[in-house]
Amino acid sequence: MHRPPIRLALALACFAGAAAGPAVAKDTGLAYISSEKDSTLTMVDVKTLEVTGVIKTCKRPRHMKFLPGGTQLMVACGDANKADIIDVQTKQSLGTFAFGDDPEAFDLSPDAKTAYISLEDEGALGFFDMATKKLSKSVPVGKEPEGVITSPDGKLVYVTSEVANKVHVIDTASGKVVANIAVGKRPRRFAFNADASELWVSNELGASVSIISTKDLTVKDTINFEVKGMRADDITPVSLAMSKDGKTAYVGLGRANHVAFVDVATRKVEQLVLVGKRAWGVGLNKDGSRLFVVNGLSDDMTVIDTAAAKPLKTIPVGRVPYMVVVDD
Amino acid sequence: MTERAGQQLVAALALGLAAASLHAATLTIGVLSRADDERLDPKRVELGYLGQPGGPISQAVDMAVKESDYELGDAKLQVKVDAVEVADAAGAKAALQKFEKGGAAAVLLDLPAAWIASSATAVKLPLINTADASDSLRASCTPNLFHTLPSERMRADAMAQTLMSRRWQKVLVLYGPSPEDAERSAVAQASIKRYAIKPVAVKPFKLSADPRERALGNPLLLTGGTDYDAVWIIDSDGEFARALPYRTQLPRPVVGDGGLFALGWAPHFERFGSPQLIRRFEKAAHRPMVSQDWAAWMATKAVLEAALEQPASPGAAQVMKALTRPDFVLDGFKGVRVSFRPWDRQLRQPILMTDGQGVVAIAPAEGVLHPKNVLDTLGLDQPESRCK
Repeated sequence: MHRPPIRLALALACFAGAAAGPAVAKDTGLAYISSEKDSTLTMVDVKTLEVTGVIKTCKRPRHMKFLPGGTQLMVACGDANKADIIDVQTKQSLGTFAFGDDPEAFDLSPDAKTAYISLEDEGALGFFDMATKKLSKSVPVGKEPEGVITSPDGKLVYVTSEVANKVHVIDTASGKVVANIAVGKRPRRFAFNADASELWVSNELGASVSIISTKDLTVKDTINFEVKGMRADDITPVSLAMSKDGKTAYVGLGRANHVAFVDVATRKVEQLVLVGKRAWGVGLNKDGSRLFVVNGLSDDMTVIDTAAAKPLKTIPVGRVPYMVVVDD
Repeated sequence: MTERAGQQLVAALALGLAAASLHAATLTIGVLSRADDERLDPKRVELGYLGQPGGPISQAVDMAVKESDYELGDAKLQVKVDAVEVADAAGAKAALQKFEKGGAAAVLLDLPAAWIASSATAVKLPLINTADASDSLRASCTPNLFHTLPSERMRADAMAQTLMSRRWQKVLVLYGPSPEDAERSAVAQASIKRYAIKPVAVKPFKLSADPRERALGNPLLLTGGTDYDAVWIIDSDGEFARALPYRTQLPRPVVGDGGLFALGWAPHFERFGSPQLIRRFEKAAHRPMVSQDWAAWMATKAVLEAALEQPASPGAAQVMKALTRPDFVLDGFKGVRVSFRPWDRQLRQPILMTDGQGVVAIAPAEGVLHPKNVLDTLGLDQPESRCK
C-alpha cells in the first residue's frame, strides 16, 4: 500500500465526526472532473470557468460522490480496483481502499454506511460496508450492471443491466430482487424526479429514456430523442440530471453531441444544445443556472447557461473525461 | 372408484399440475462444426494469424448462454447447446435435418461455404453462419440462412473507406495463388472501384525462395518499379503477408492480410464496453477473443434474445420471426445497434481496423454517408444485391 493505513483510519474517524465536529469550510466553488485516461481529477472554478489544478487519485477514476458533510469526495477507480477519498479542502487523497473488481458506478445509502456498487464482471450488485471496507453481500443481477441509485428513503436500490436490458430493484433490508423492469437497449444511468415518484433511466442504444413509476415499478413513459440531421443510431443518451425545481431534465445525448432539455411535465424536448464530442457526464451548479457537460471524445467540458440554453464556454480538461461533480 | 384411488388421482393431478407450472421450456441451439478442422490445428493456431479462427466457436456460444443466465432464469427458459461435428457436406445436411426433427430453435454453423450452400436449403429452421466470409453465400439469398461474421465485401469496403479517409488513393494489389485468393482479390478490386481508389498494379505473388521465380516471391521486386500509397495484399494463408510489412521497396504501409486488417472484432478493442466482453471471454476460453468468436457470441445472443421474446414457446418459428423483423436490433459492443439486413440476412455492423496491437480506426469512416443506414455502406447494399 502506498499510503499508511493510519492516515486512512484518521481520515475516516474525521469523516465520522464531521457532522458534529468543528465547522469545516464547505463549498469549494469548484467543479471536479474525473477522466478515464488520467489518474487525476481536474478542478474548474465555477465562476471564472478556468482550470485551477488537478488532484492526484487512483487509476481510471470514473464515478464520484460526496460523502455526507460535503468535504470528502469518494472516487471509484476502475483500473485500480479501488476507491479513493479526496479531501477537497486540502486537495489530497486521504487514502484508497479495495472496492471490488473494475468499479464504475456506485451510490450510498442515506446514512452513508453502505455503498452499493455494480460489480460488472460478476453480474452482481455489491453491498459494501463503509466502516469495515468489506463487501458484506452480493446480489446476482443481469450481466454488466452499471448505473446504481438508492431511493431517498434508502429502502430500495435500483441497478441497470446493460446486457439484460433491465432495471433490477433490490430491497436493501433483505437483499432480494423485488422487480426486474424491462427498459430500452443498454440502460445506463438514473435520475429521480423532484418527489422521487419517477425514476428516469437512459437507454444508450435505445436512443431513449424510460420513465419508471416508483409506486408500481413499471415503465409509465418513454421519451425518444430526435436530433435534426441525425439518425436514431447516432443518439446515445447516457447521463441525466434533474433541475432542483424538478421541471427540467437534462440528458446528454452521447455521440449526437447535444444535450436535451426535457420538460418533465410534458415529456417534450424543449431545447437541444450543441456541446463537444460524445456528451457524457452532466452536472448542475447549486442554483441550477449552469449545466456542466463533459465531452468524452473531445477531452473538454462545455458549460451551458441553462436559462438561455446557450453554451458559454468549453474548457479543456483531462483525457476521456467521464463525470463532473459541482461543489459551488 | 374407491375413495383411496380417487385421492391418489387427485394427488397425481396436483403433482402433474405443479410439474407443468414448474416445468421450464427448453431452447435447443445446435452448433455444427467440421471434424478434424485443420484451421484449428494447434500448430496453426499458435501462429496467431489475424483474421483466422482462434478456437472452437462453442466457447463463445457457452459464454453467451452463461452471460444470459439471469434473464433465462427469470423467464424460466432452459438452454441446451448441442454441438455436433461433421466430416462433409452430406454429413452437414443429415445433421441439420436431425436438428430440425429434434426441435432445435436454430443452428450455428462453423462450416466451409460449399457445405453450407448444399445443405442450408434442406431445412427450414434458422441457420446462422458464424465463420465463413464468402460473398457467394450471401448472394444465395437462402431465406433461413443468416450471417453474423462480416462478409469479405464488408471488410474490403471498410478497408477502401479507411484508405480513402487517409487520402491513400493509389494502391498496389498483390494476391496469392489459391482459388480463395483469386475470389477475394476480385472482391477487393470491386471495393477499390467503389471508392475510386486507383489500383496502380495488380500482381500475383508466390511463397517461394526459388531464384527462378524471384519476380513472384521477392517482396522488393514485387513492390518496386512503381509508386503507390499502400500495398493491399490478399493472402488467405497468411505466411507471405505477415512478412511483407517493412520489406517493401518504398516505405509505404501494407494493408489487407498483413499490416492493417479489417476485422469484425479485435481483442484489444477499448471502446463501447468491449473490454468487459473480452475479459469475460478470456476468463472462459483462456485465449483472446477474435472475430469468429464475436460472430458466434453474437449469433447466440440473437437466438437467445429472439427466444426470450416468447419464453414459453421458444421454437424455430419464433426465432425466425424475430430475426427477420426489421426492428430486431442487437447490442454488439461496437457502439451502434446492429441488425440483420432483410435482403441477404447479413448482420450489418461496424468493422474494426487493427494492426493486431490496437484498433486504429472504425468503419464506416467518418464522413461516409448513406440515405438510410450508414452501416449499409459496408457490403452489398439492397440495390446491388441479387436478393429481394
